[in-house]
Amino acid sequence: MVQYMTTRLDTSFAALSDATRRGVLEQLGRADASITDLAETFRMTLTGMKKHVGVLEQAGLVSTKKIGRVRTCQLGPRRLEEETVWLERYRQRWDERFDELDKVVEELTRKEKSDERKNRK
Amino acid sequence: MNARIESEPGAVKNRTTVERKSDREVVVTRTINGPARIVFEAFSKAELLKRWWVPKSMGMTLLSCEVDARVGGKYRLVFDAVPEPAAFFGTYVEVQPYSRLAWTNDEGGEGGSVTTVTFEEKGGKTLVVLRESYPTKEALDAAGTGAADAMVETFDQLDELLVALGESSGQ
Repeated sequence: MVQYMTTRLDTSFAALSDATRRGVLEQLGRADASITDLAETFRMTLTGMKKHVGVLEQAGLVSTKKIGRVRTCQLGPRRLEEETVWLERYRQRWDERFDELDKVVEELTRKEKSDERKNRK
Repeated sequence: MNARIESEPGAVKNRTTVERKSDREVVVTRTINGPARIVFEAFSKAELLKRWWVPKSMGMTLLSCEVDARVGGKYRLVFDAVPEPAAFFGTYVEVQPYSRLAWTNDEGGEGGSVTTVTFEEKGGKTLVVLRESYPTKEALDAAGTGAADAMVETFDQLDELLVALGESSGQ
């Protein structure tokens, strides 16, 4: 899990290391936009913009959706994933604890039952 | 990541669920195979608590465990951590035998979280509902154990950076 997140973080930082890509994020923070719009705004070729959006998409910072012939970009799902990762880590910690608790309680319950049987004899 | 969740071992194992109820509150539930009286004791007696509170997978060793489960009573758990031992401590604020326990977590200074546990017995098994309430969203976000926490904090910093970038361009 830590390794997964580290990789993810590296990808995020790499994605943010470029001024154009930071600009694209700012732009998408205001409104969704097509790759053509973005290419025009940043005065670059469609191919060049596609590459930048690809890097941001890989980092989960941007997601894209093709509607007809137009590919629309919006801010990505990364926040939601963080939440999921956090909750799952929390769940695992308690799950491991409760597994151990189960063992202790089962042992005590068994012991108590066998003591009761002995007492009745 | 999903594969890991689904491939958990254990034939007869009850599910642990976690739900974030609000920005400041998380609720954990789990059914334990035994009567409430015994589960309650496992929570409130040091010699039992130390047998399960720190599973091996946590990568930490419990150096000492003191528990005085009475209203106003204290607990103190010391872990063998790097670079120096880490202590977790607080005060019991509610103790209702076999049904309810609540304690404060004071290691973080003032305004720490409060943990409330209820025990509900059904057919010889006990439903444990554990609620952790934090004073702020930030405190909850930062909670947990292990190295992965630093990652969450780093992500928060990344978010702040993105917000800052968004603000600076909006003018």
